[in-house]
Amino acid sequence: MGPLIPNGIIGGGWDFVIAILIGVAFGFILEASGFSSSRNLAGVFYGYNFVVLRVFFTALIVAMVGLMYFDYVGWLNLSQIFVLPTFLTPMIVGGVIMGVGFVIGGFCPGTSFTGIAIGKLDAVFFAIGLYLGIFGFSLAFPLFEDFFTSGDMGNVTLMDITGIPASYFAVAFTVMALAAFWGTMFIEKRVRKNMKQYKF
Amino acid sequence: MSSDKTNIQEPKYINPYLGGVLLGLLIIVTVFITGRGLGASGAIKSAVVTTSNTIAPKATEANTYMCQFIGGDHSPMWTWLVFESLGVLLGGIISGIVFGRMKKFRTDHGPRITSKKRLVLALIGGALFGLGSQFGRGCTSGAALSGTATFALGGVIVMFAIFGTGYAVAYFFRKFWI
Repeated sequence: MGPLIPNGIIGGGWDFVIAILIGVAFGFILEASGFSSSRNLAGVFYGYNFVVLRVFFTALIVAMVGLMYFDYVGWLNLSQIFVLPTFLTPMIVGGVIMGVGFVIGGFCPGTSFTGIAIGKLDAVFFAIGLYLGIFGFSLAFPLFEDFFTSGDMGNVTLMDITGIPASYFAVAFTVMALAAFWGTMFIEKRVRKNMKQYKF
Repeated sequence: MSSDKTNIQEPKYINPYLGGVLLGLLIIVTVFITGRGLGASGAIKSAVVTTSNTIAPKATEANTYMCQFIGGDHSPMWTWLVFESLGVLLGGIISGIVFGRMKKFRTDHGPRITSKKRLVLALIGGALFGLGSQFGRGCTSGAALSGTATFALGGVIVMFAIFGTGYAVAYFFRKFWI
């Protein structure tokens, strides 16, 4: 049955209508969870607010388990869905650069859009930065074209690379998430007690 | 809650675990309908390619990176992620109105830096994030969250690289936040 659009069950003409609707839901959830504030987001790195970890890991395990369930009951063929390609070194380097950008900038791209939505100037500047960063990357692309396409492993999943079934990874991520939820509860309480000023 | 602290007015956010469950369900719905996950940085890339293509079409065509995203009958803005990101903005506005957070322009910053410095840092951070997202084949939404949720090795790598690096360097930038 699924995925519906690639299998022609929903016509391609609905593509952009669905895109907007999914986006609205995405933006609403992010803003309603407090992701429109850079101070809330940065809190995950300093221990005073773990909202990022809670939302991110809950979403991750719900989606992982749910997708496996959809596959199991035959609603969705997981072998038909898009698998992000892996370029080993470039993606590690990209992640490291994004990590530094996250701590300095206090947003990630999606959250900055919701910050802009409710009038956060720092989110506007972050998004301008995103634009400049991607423009700079594009202009300088010939310099690192070889590096960009290096370490190409194709569209591999964790299962392809290890031979371990998906359910094991879902369980491992769930255990990891629950342990993190539990542990960070105490860290947050302790750090907040010592914080003088924290306006949301 | 003691009165000597300014963190007493807790804003009305939804429970983070509820937010996470809703976001997880949204990823399932998105994959079920479209065959792929959510994203964000791709929309900015489309904006970059579109401006470049409008100002200097020849140079854009000659650019080995941007040339992949032009051509066809439609503008490079005519992509799924651009529409999805417009939706994100709209969804943020709706939530802001519902929870009473729609206000005039303001800047969040740590207690030890000025608003002006915060804006400069946001610009620098954004530029780094934009640069990194191209090497990472996506950002926190597209690669780290949707990638990992669909068991892609690349997604897991980007997720651990972003958060691992964040924790590794947080100490050096603590003055900006605490």
